[in-house]
Amino acid sequence: MSSDIRFTDFKSDKQPTWCPGCGDFGTMNGMMKALAETGNDPDNTFIVAGIGCSGKIGTYMHSYALHGVHGRALPVGIGVKMANPDLEVMVSGGDGDGYSIGAGHFIHAVRRNVDMSYVVMDNRIYGLTKGQASPTSREDFETSTSPDGPNQPPVNPKALALAAGATFIAQSFSSNSQRHAELVQEAIEHDGFGFVNVYSPCVTFNDVDTYDYFRDTIEDLGETDHDRHDREQAKEKILEGDKEYMGVLYQDEDSVPFEEREGVEGSMAEIPDGAPEGAMDLVREFY
Amino acid sequence: MPDDLNWAIGGEAGDGIDSTGKIFAQALSRAGRHVFTSKDFASRIRGGYTASKIRTSVDRVESVVDRLDILIALTERTVHENEEELHEDSVVIYDGERSTMQDVEVPHGATALEVPLKRLAEEAGGAIMLNVVALGAACEVTNFPIENLDESLQKRFGDKGEAIVENNKKAARKGQEYVREEFDYDFGYDVETTDEDYVLLNGDEAIGMGAIAAGCRFYAGYPITPATDVMEYLTGRIDQFGGKVVQAEDELSAINMALGAARAGARSMTATSGPGIDLMTETFGLVATSETPLVICDVMRSGPSTGMPTKQEQGDLNMTLYGGHGEIPRFVLAPTTISECFWKTVEAFNLAEKYQTPVFLVSDLAMAVTEQTFSPDTFDMDEVEVDRGKVVDENDIDAWLDEKGRFQAHFAAADGISPRAFPGTTDGAHMTTGLEHDELGRRTEDTEVRVEQVDKRNRKVETAKEEEEFDYREFGDPEADTLVISWGSNEGAMREGMELLAAEGIDVRFISVPYIFPRPDLSEEVEAAETTIVVECNATGQFADVIEHDVLERVERINKYTGVRFDADELAEEVKATLEGSTTAEVEAE
Ligand SMILES: Cc1ncc(C[n+]2csc(CCOP(=O)(O)OP(=O)(O)O)c2C)c(N)n1
Ligand code: SF4
Repeated sequence: MSSDIRFTDFKSDKQPTWCPGCGDFGTMNGMMKALAETGNDPDNTFIVAGIGCSGKIGTYMHSYALHGVHGRALPVGIGVKMANPDLEVMVSGGDGDGYSIGAGHFIHAVRRNVDMSYVVMDNRIYGLTKGQASPTSREDFETSTSPDGPNQPPVNPKALALAAGATFIAQSFSSNSQRHAELVQEAIEHDGFGFVNVYSPCVTFNDVDTYDYFRDTIEDLGETDHDRHDREQAKEKILEGDKEYMGVLYQDEDSVPFEEREGVEGSMAEIPDGAPEGAMDLVREFY
Repeated sequence: MPDDLNWAIGGEAGDGIDSTGKIFAQALSRAGRHVFTSKDFASRIRGGYTASKIRTSVDRVESVVDRLDILIALTERTVHENEEELHEDSVVIYDGERSTMQDVEVPHGATALEVPLKRLAEEAGGAIMLNVVALGAACEVTNFPIENLDESLQKRFGDKGEAIVENNKKAARKGQEYVREEFDYDFGYDVETTDEDYVLLNGDEAIGMGAIAAGCRFYAGYPITPATDVMEYLTGRIDQFGGKVVQAEDELSAINMALGAARAGARSMTATSGPGIDLMTETFGLVATSETPLVICDVMRSGPSTGMPTKQEQGDLNMTLYGGHGEIPRFVLAPTTISECFWKTVEAFNLAEKYQTPVFLVSDLAMAVTEQTFSPDTFDMDEVEVDRGKVVDENDIDAWLDEKGRFQAHFAAADGISPRAFPGTTDGAHMTTGLEHDELGRRTEDTEVRVEQVDKRNRKVETAKEEEEFDYREFGDPEADTLVISWGSNEGAMREGMELLAAEGIDVRFISVPYIFPRPDLSEEVEAAETTIVVECNATGQFADVIEHDVLERVERINKYTGVRFDADELAEEVKATLEGSTTAEVEAE
């Protein structure tokens, strides 16, 4: 790892095909900055992405990366980190990817608390499939598949995370790039599963949850007396339906990552040329 | 009296049937006898009939037969369930003092041996030991030296303290003495012992052991019968070799975790059964297109859907051969014996890494729940070879960088095999994706690149066909007019079936095939035979279909899909019937 890594080293030479103005540009820049800022380089970083406009992020960044199938990025990230805890693992995807098809994995990744970061680009819509309701869409949000609105309340991913025993929950906004990069950096530095939900507006299909909406509504917890180590305060903020926050909502100071609890030491990539020493004992057990 | 002895204990699930069978099987194995066990169980933990059967002989035994010599019946139903298999020399041991056993009628002139199992167990220190009392009684009936039982009692109960072990030994002797004193006669059995040392293990354990031997370091799975034993075997053991088992939240997660670990450079595996394979199929294509080495083990059970979870079937052949949307290069190996479960697992890891593909390792319930004895050198660890394929490091990665210094993880090499750089390798950073991609791993819809990458991936199979031997095992007379072909666990029963046929003057050439894809070309063999019969535990003849497709000739089929494995006598009968054309070849009911 060299110390002169700049955030642009994490940029691939592939030009993003996101719509001009898409929130995902800012989200990605913040991720690259945070990775460089935390002393990582592309050769020790593994990025796993899901499916969706957001999932394309792995293509536009430069690192070891896997672009998986819809909703399953988190388990891939867990496997990477378990097999080599020396790698910096970052998982990223959209709200559809993470909270709909991947919702089950989300809950279990949270409670497993593997030391990695999970950045979800929440645009409250399905972008790549051209504008259907997502699990975070508002109850009355009219889309091509919900002409009268989805008629069901949106999921609250931060509440799910808190209930599942999350050790780090943050909310960020792609347009506030400096703050966003800081929050992703905190998620990376956190010893455990660093979850960041990023409001990352879709300028093409979502005319409700727009830049203006978030800019007008969002309150920076860093400018309040919110105590991130207080679970009760986190709960109150998270359950307040009509408010949007930016900052670290909750962090468990005593978090110990899963792989550490499980005693995983170093990379599993190196193996002997033949059966490992002592393997014959495995046979003798069956006497 | 036949050389081999067939013993069984049956009762209610939860009666300790399994562990009693295991104790006796270990005792026999330690006494230098070959053992082949089978289980009859229902999909529930308590209640319902369950039985553990052991066939044992001084010679190797490879299958079950439809004969029972000694039966320990803990319930009246046990006698009824095994009625057909009892004969006039059989001995049925049961506790006549129990009210539930009052009406037992032992059929076919077999000897009814009433032993007050519960009372004697209580005398030895607790009613719970009644199964062990029965084991002691069985030792006396068969003239089997009871000292052999002591060691397996020690193994089973050692953790619970010496007192428990001693009480159990006492219980066994109570049973022995009771039979000796109350029924002072010769039952006609004389179970010989030898000086041989054998190990006793089942197919799932052999797969787990093979995985560790091959250097597998990461296993993610989700419990499912009959694959769970693989996971239970690895748990705790793989850690001693620097590895880890993770119980995922479902099979979708399990295969994705295993994929992640494999991309991080670990030899990685997951195991499941049919319903889990369905879920994993989603990621199967990603494993193949991202060219990730991964061993996916399917221990087949009876399907479709949840089918009969505790019953035998070989119904997933098509699933492993064709499963997944699009066209996916893969290997499908199907061990035919328990020792092959070990060796094919080792081979599966080598194939996966050499060719950077998913490898299906297909086993079945009959193999998973069967314990069999082997000479320990069957699993000679010095014979294990590890081939990691084209892994590059910082020293040789330059050769694989493009003019801009980017690593070509999907380089369209002539043999179809690209270089592989483990994450952390300097200059190796690259992208991979389930989307069609170029040599750098970036998404593309370029028609030429698409064709180039599809061809490249498929070329691996061609290379493997040139470099590896996808052969078969052969038994019997190579000149025989009748050719029998089977795959999976049917081998043992068929080999014994052949002997029975030979005794009736019917010569058979038998080919057992452990490779489903790529597989050996059997055209010449089929052409040389007058009649070809394909034997498999499914209703439609999935392997027969692929053989017909390969050789462009009709074959006869013996299919069994009752949920019960073939036994040797039955196979011999079915082959005979097929040759005579006198009945349909389908065994539809037991
Ligand atoms: C199994 C499966 N189902 C459906 C799809 C189609 N699909 C692609 S992207 C997507 C929605 C993605 O939404 P989101 O995660 O919110 O990402 P966004 O595009 O909004 O960034 C869907 C349903 C798919 N690729 N795979
Ligand atoms: S459709 Fe929406 S989410 Fe997708 S790139 Fe365009 S703006 Fe971004």
